[in-house]
Amino acid sequence: MRRSRPIHPLPLRIMHWLNAVAIITLIGSGWEIYDASPFLPFAFPQWVTIGQWLGGAIAWHLAAIWLLMLNGLAYLVWGVASGHFRRKMLPVTPRAVLRDTWAALCLRLPHEVGVYNAVQRLLYLGVIALGLLAVLSGLAVWKPVQLWFLSDLFGGFFDSRVVHFVAMAGISLFLIVHILLVALVPRVLPAMITGGRLPETAHAE
Amino acid sequence: MSNNLNRRALLGRSLAFGAAASLTGCDYDNLKHPDLADDFLRLMSGWNNEVQAALFDRHTLAPTFPASAITRPPRFNAFYGIDQAPRVDLATWRLALTGRIGDKRPWRLAELRALPQESQITRFICVEGWRVVGQWSGVPLGHFLRRVNADLKAHYVSFHCADGYYESIDMASALQPQTILALDFLGAPLTAPFGAPVRLRIPTKLGYKNPKSIVALGVTNTFPSGYWERQGYNWFGGS
Repeated sequence: MRRSRPIHPLPLRIMHWLNAVAIITLIGSGWEIYDASPFLPFAFPQWVTIGQWLGGAIAWHLAAIWLLMLNGLAYLVWGVASGHFRRKMLPVTPRAVLRDTWAALCLRLPHEVGVYNAVQRLLYLGVIALGLLAVLSGLAVWKPVQLWFLSDLFGGFFDSRVVHFVAMAGISLFLIVHILLVALVPRVLPAMITGGRLPETAHAE
Repeated sequence: MSNNLNRRALLGRSLAFGAAASLTGCDYDNLKHPDLADDFLRLMSGWNNEVQAALFDRHTLAPTFPASAITRPPRFNAFYGIDQAPRVDLATWRLALTGRIGDKRPWRLAELRALPQESQITRFICVEGWRVVGQWSGVPLGHFLRRVNADLKAHYVSFHCADGYYESIDMASALQPQTILALDFLGAPLTAPFGAPVRLRIPTKLGYKNPKSIVALGVTNTFPSGYWERQGYNWFGGS
């Protein structure tokens, strides 16, 4: 007799939560770093930042980045090798995105267990792209001399800072939507911890 | 390369309860939890030193700029106010040499001016995120180190300053051609707030790695750390 399969395989769950730790640490410490020399007319309040002061924030930022990069690399390799991206993220058609976005806004988007709807697919692919952009622009800010080609790619030191900030803002928006969607369908949360079980009839992997 | 982050400073400032504890002046060594975070950050900062050293290429030059790009007025920055900058008596000032150096005879300013000078218009990037462009000229540090018969295989070059600031850099960065013992800033001798009479100008590193008003230069294999590094900044501080 065949055991029913988990909605989220174990490697995915481990990488999801490691990524959550890395992203929250990076955003919180990044806000503290931004505050040392803001280029927009606002600063992040101290209580939402991580690291207490610039030196602590940079130490956390440059420690957490290794977790993000190694975990992100493992995720990309696993996603391609296991067929996860092909089976669950693709295709994403504009028509399906519009349909599902409208349904979500009307709070009528049905949740199919084990299947990513078009809004989810677009968001997940988008946040992967934003993550890559954040890493590359972050490297450009970190080493404008040694990694001059990256610095040039983003238009120099200051523009790299701006791109890095925009990538952070995009990822933060994703997190808001991501958490809102979970709040709308709270039963998806335990599955990301225990794995959950796909119903036998489900066609998805 | 080891990196001696000051446990108490980083601890007290990087963790909320550590900061609270610092007000009471207790012995942090008994607090298990903050030690763990502190040791972890120190370990990662040491690893990041290694990565930056591996990434460093002596032949990669920092970008240079036209005179029109120079930031005016220049921006003063230190751990004290501009009127507290040390006033060095140029007549009695000497650059003391210590450590693994063959000829330790102290140097006068006029002797440094008699050495070959290099001029550069480069960008100064502060760890805080802002940057300015300035023109500095002075003696290439690599030339000076060879001149005084320093051990170029040693790991570190250290600097002590008239204001109590201290810094150190890796030998590879010290020998990069744009690393200079700057004597002039914007075409005139350095003024007190900008590091008179001699400062290190190293455009391949962040601002805090550019010590001002140097009074002693050393070559050593013992990790000398630095003023901000003791409080938690990364030691390599590469750009």
